[in-house]
Amino acid sequence: MILVLVETSLEGEAVEVSREAVTFARALSAAGGDRPIDAVTVGEPSADLVATLASYGVRRVHALTGDAFTSYAGAAWASGLISVQEQTGADLVMAAGTPRGNEVMAHVAARTDVAMAANVLAFEGLDPFVVTRQVVGGAALEEMRLGDRVAVLTVAGHAVEPRRAETPGAGELVVETPSIAEADLVARVVSTDEPEPDLSGALTSSRVVVGAGRGAGSADGFTDLLELTDLLGASLGVSRVVTSLGWRPHHEQVGQTGSRISPDLYIPCGISGAIQHWAGCASSKTILAVNTDVDAPMVTKATYAVIGDLHEVVPAINAEIRRRRG
Amino acid sequence: MVDVLVCVKRVVDSSSEVVLTDDAQAVDGRYAGFTMSAHEECAVELAVRAAADAGTTRVVTLGDEDAVEQLRHALAVGCSEATHVVADSSAFGPADVAREMAAVARDHDSQLVLLGNDAADSGDFQVGIRLAYALGWPVINGVSTVTVADGTVTASGTGPEGHETYEVPLPAVVTVLEGGVEPRYPTVTGRMKAKKVQIEEREPTTAPTGPSRVRLLLPPPAPSDVQILGNGPEAAPAVVDVLEQLGVLAR
Repeated sequence: MILVLVETSLEGEAVEVSREAVTFARALSAAGGDRPIDAVTVGEPSADLVATLASYGVRRVHALTGDAFTSYAGAAWASGLISVQEQTGADLVMAAGTPRGNEVMAHVAARTDVAMAANVLAFEGLDPFVVTRQVVGGAALEEMRLGDRVAVLTVAGHAVEPRRAETPGAGELVVETPSIAEADLVARVVSTDEPEPDLSGALTSSRVVVGAGRGAGSADGFTDLLELTDLLGASLGVSRVVTSLGWRPHHEQVGQTGSRISPDLYIPCGISGAIQHWAGCASSKTILAVNTDVDAPMVTKATYAVIGDLHEVVPAINAEIRRRRG
Repeated sequence: MVDVLVCVKRVVDSSSEVVLTDDAQAVDGRYAGFTMSAHEECAVELAVRAAADAGTTRVVTLGDEDAVEQLRHALAVGCSEATHVVADSSAFGPADVAREMAAVARDHDSQLVLLGNDAADSGDFQVGIRLAYALGWPVINGVSTVTVADGTVTASGTGPEGHETYEVPLPAVVTVLEGGVEPRYPTVTGRMKAKKVQIEEREPTTAPTGPSRVRLLLPPPAPSDVQILGNGPEAAPAVVDVLEQLGVLAR
């Protein structure tokens, strides 16, 4: 049996990467044993959420409820998951490779003394169970064996497309109120401040992102890029060198140690495309690169490219957009 | 006063092309060079600040002889003591590393252990959490600011619903993400001082069980099918045509 932790948005919907994780679980189930898939949510889910998960093939939705789950504590979530795992006899526990997903699965793996594979992209076989996962920010892959009595893994964002099942699951709701030890509530979120409107939340959910790297030249070199961002209703994302030099704030950083974005269109300007940055933008659907170097990795990996200095190319694009809009 | 332990890892600098060793068990750093991850640079900075009121900051690494370079760097930017668990890090899985770090924390009576949220190479996302369980301490994961006062660690970072704050009594483990603090550069005096520090060398407490790795591989190189729209500002109309086709121009 497979148990999937499903994270929900503020609106109470299953986030896309969690729906991807359930889709991945279905592929594992189909590859051998037709193992049933149960989901675990934190807080009582809406009827819509249960119906959505059923449409993805989920048999039961176990909702973790009670005072222990009113604010986030990784150890408490893991404790709740383990109680469901023990009850159901699940031999695979998984989540999406989000900060929360990786954290909670690490707690589960440490408490049950089993291995955990983070950011899995695919599986090579079930017996032995071998998965392929991202390492070095996605620049290399690792084949890893998961041979313990319970396998624990997280699924890398956008490893699979979220797809509903041909045959929906029963979608039965089971409300759980596990008892959580005090020790598991010591490290708990005590306060949450609303994010400022232009912080990275907007960056990771933007349909269009304009990127800027070393080619911007200085802290004053962003005027045209910000105008393009404005014209397209886009967000600005920058490479690590830009934040290291103090030209732009860290929350705008895209990359291995910044935000991971997956917009419909990414327009990296003056960014060479080193691994550190590519790790954060590889999931973009279309890339239109502006760069002086025709051999830069960002250009060779792009769908479209313009060869030239961003300080000449971007103002011309802005002028052309304004002209067409009259 | 708090005695802080900060864990760092010598990793291949992945800002250039990644090459694997012949046995496909590790990333080959012979050409690219080595560094510590950005998260760990910030963990070192936060550790130095947390211990600024007369506490000690011990840096620890598990790695081969060359890993002393990362220890010296941490000493040069303010750590006061260093421990080197001399071993081939590629033979150690996350649970092995956590066990060794726990032994060092216990032997030195550390009250706060800081680590990077995930290593830049193996990306396991779990050493800090396993370490906390090995010590029986609470763990705060993935935060970018850390301060200590009156036996309590306050840490904060970005969560899915906004900026989150944790307050946890010591002893505790905290894993750090880049972005909340600017790591300082080593000064000449700092480097001189770092050279004089006697580094404690130790062997692993037990043989590692290993990382369950079958092999590493490189993603297949995607053939470039980039369409060059033009050179310089003259390409602007072609760019805007593409923007129109993609439907991102409409407001």
